[in-house]
Amino acid sequence: MYTITASNEIAENIFEIWVEAPHVATHAQAGQFVIIRVDETGERIPLTISAVTGDRVRIIFMAVGKTTHALAGIQAGEDIADIAGPLGKPSEIEKYGTCVLVGGGVGIASLPFIAQSLKKADNRVIGIIGARSANFLILEDEMRSICDELCITTDDGSKGFHGFAADILKELNNTRKLDAVWIIGPTIMMKVTAEVTREKKVQTFVSLNPIMVDGTGMCGSCRCRVGNETKFACVDGPEFDAHAVDFNLLMQRQRMYTEMERISLERFHEYTCTSREEQ
Amino acid sequence: MAVRPADERVRDFSEVDTGFSREEAIAEAERCLQCKKPLCIDGCPVGIDIPAFIALIAEGDICAAAGIIQQSNMLPAICGRVCPQETQCEERCILGNKESPVRIGQLERYVADFARKEGVLPPERGKNTGKQVAVVGSGPAGITAAAELAAAGHDVTIFESLHKPGGVLTYGIPAFRLPKDIVDYEINRVLSRGVRLLCNHVVGRSITVQELLAYDAVLLGTGAGLPYFMNLPGEHLNGVYSANEFLTRINLMHADRFPLYDTPVIRGSRVVVAGAGNVAMDAARAARRLGGRVTLVYRRREKDMPARAAEIAHAREEGITFVTCANPVEISGETVVTGVSCVKMNMCEADESGRPSAVPIPDTQFVIDADIFIQAIGQGPNPLLLSLFDSISRGKAGNVIADADGKTSLPRVFAAGDVTTGSATVIEAMGAAKKAAKAICRMLQD
Repeated sequence: MYTITASNEIAENIFEIWVEAPHVATHAQAGQFVIIRVDETGERIPLTISAVTGDRVRIIFMAVGKTTHALAGIQAGEDIADIAGPLGKPSEIEKYGTCVLVGGGVGIASLPFIAQSLKKADNRVIGIIGARSANFLILEDEMRSICDELCITTDDGSKGFHGFAADILKELNNTRKLDAVWIIGPTIMMKVTAEVTREKKVQTFVSLNPIMVDGTGMCGSCRCRVGNETKFACVDGPEFDAHAVDFNLLMQRQRMYTEMERISLERFHEYTCTSREEQ
Repeated sequence: MAVRPADERVRDFSEVDTGFSREEAIAEAERCLQCKKPLCIDGCPVGIDIPAFIALIAEGDICAAAGIIQQSNMLPAICGRVCPQETQCEERCILGNKESPVRIGQLERYVADFARKEGVLPPERGKNTGKQVAVVGSGPAGITAAAELAAAGHDVTIFESLHKPGGVLTYGIPAFRLPKDIVDYEINRVLSRGVRLLCNHVVGRSITVQELLAYDAVLLGTGAGLPYFMNLPGEHLNGVYSANEFLTRINLMHADRFPLYDTPVIRGSRVVVAGAGNVAMDAARAARRLGGRVTLVYRRREKDMPARAAEIAHAREEGITFVTCANPVEISGETVVTGVSCVKMNMCEADESGRPSAVPIPDTQFVIDADIFIQAIGQGPNPLLLSLFDSISRGKAGNVIADADGKTSLPRVFAAGDVTTGSATVIEAMGAAKKAAKAICRMLQD
């Protein structure tokens, strides 16, 4: 059992938890993830490590399916059954020069750890964080404190630039020499945004989030196509060359259990509603 | 001894073989000739004193029989069920020449099941030596080594990457062949001897190789968990599984009980399984229990199938269709699997494995309709840890090279089980782990 030491809703439907997990916290590097299992009947889901302090790991997630809803309902002081990690290869941190970190929605959660590591390696770091609307935007202050420059975009113009993160990246790519780019967000956002840097062949990484089970290379559930090769995101990734990833295939595989995920969530809501009525 | 009827057992995941009654066990034990030079023991990778425990069953002293077995084997209820006795102890039984060999496996199982219900105490832990040993992986090799090392008084820590111990016993072998409460019981008995188990610890990630090498000795028992894929067109379609994934979802995550358990698995109505080893049989029979019509495709002939004869027979009884001398070449479908194209195979001269090499016959392609395709064509050593242990000598297949004592090219690092051999049997891993543990004890004495 692992204790959740803090739990907060940091934007609409987006939650931040801190988990006491020394084996993860003392070994985690930027870009890695954990596998969490909430309780004895729970599934194993991968979530990015957003930050570490001492023996604690920060995880940020949006409540979308049953497991993330359940996780959002856990109060500080309560336990989760399992947290395994850190998993996956760390981000390729080196001295590139000027780096741009693009985050979309809850994908922004991955950026501070990478940004910090890139700063330590003497890079100039520009952050672009975007959300549908201002009330879904996370980690603005934290990113501002780490990055040399920070741009904010919202799809509806309720904060910062009215448009997509890709628009800002395009502008930067046209006017400056960029040496490395990270794009982390919803798969469709990564697919579209990665096109911006393709022509100039700017080294661009995306962090993939396919369906996983064990997270250690033993099942192949997370297999992706990268440059016509099959890769396991859990051990070969999760970060890959953005210009080589087959995003359409990834999106297809992410939809494999849509119907079952819906059933699971409905049951969860029914259960939580009845128990509330009983109280 | 009873095997549940096929039409009943395909509706659940409860055990197929219900084992001996006391009377049957005693009657079977009385058949043993108590040979002066028993050959059966030589056939046992962990060297159980088989005639001795059988004699005690014949006398009706089952607890004493359990005591004999646990001197050599801490996982007897597991081994009684999953060992291929027909190629080991029972194959050497002299009675097999004239009639049928003594059913040693069933007897071992009977004794272990009896001992579990009676609560026979595990052997005492040895006097503490102050030596620390790290065991990586809690499958058959890791658990066996931990038991031996703890018995010798060493301080043992097992690192397990999953949330539950047992390795292949937990994620791989289905409950209808190996009930999970038995796995839990026998592993807990080993842990109760003061062995420390750390789940969710991925060696190379949650603990570095350097941290691991700070132990007085290290035993690698990480198994063969990397699933091989066939690299066919259409392999990324939804509904294509490695047997490892399909079985892990069911055995470890209980997807058969979705939505009571959260992990889903696609319940195929038409399932094709490629391969004919024990894992293929397990996957086929699990898919059958989820309600599918299952076809197993194998490129060689039925007599070449590597699975145990009993598993093949059980699969057939349960309505699995075998298509032999055929090999999948393409998986069809837009986003989900709709069929598996196969080509007929011609049996040619024997290859290195002694089995005939199978060669495709041109223009013989045919399609089997399917919504799930499970590939069970073998597994390689778990890659994650080994990629970080880059200085260890490894063979062509990625397996760790170890000598007869389990010694690897790195000082104080030993390896046992499938990580050294590629996928083999539970009992061979246990035999190798015992030898490696003994070698570690000798090294730590010096």
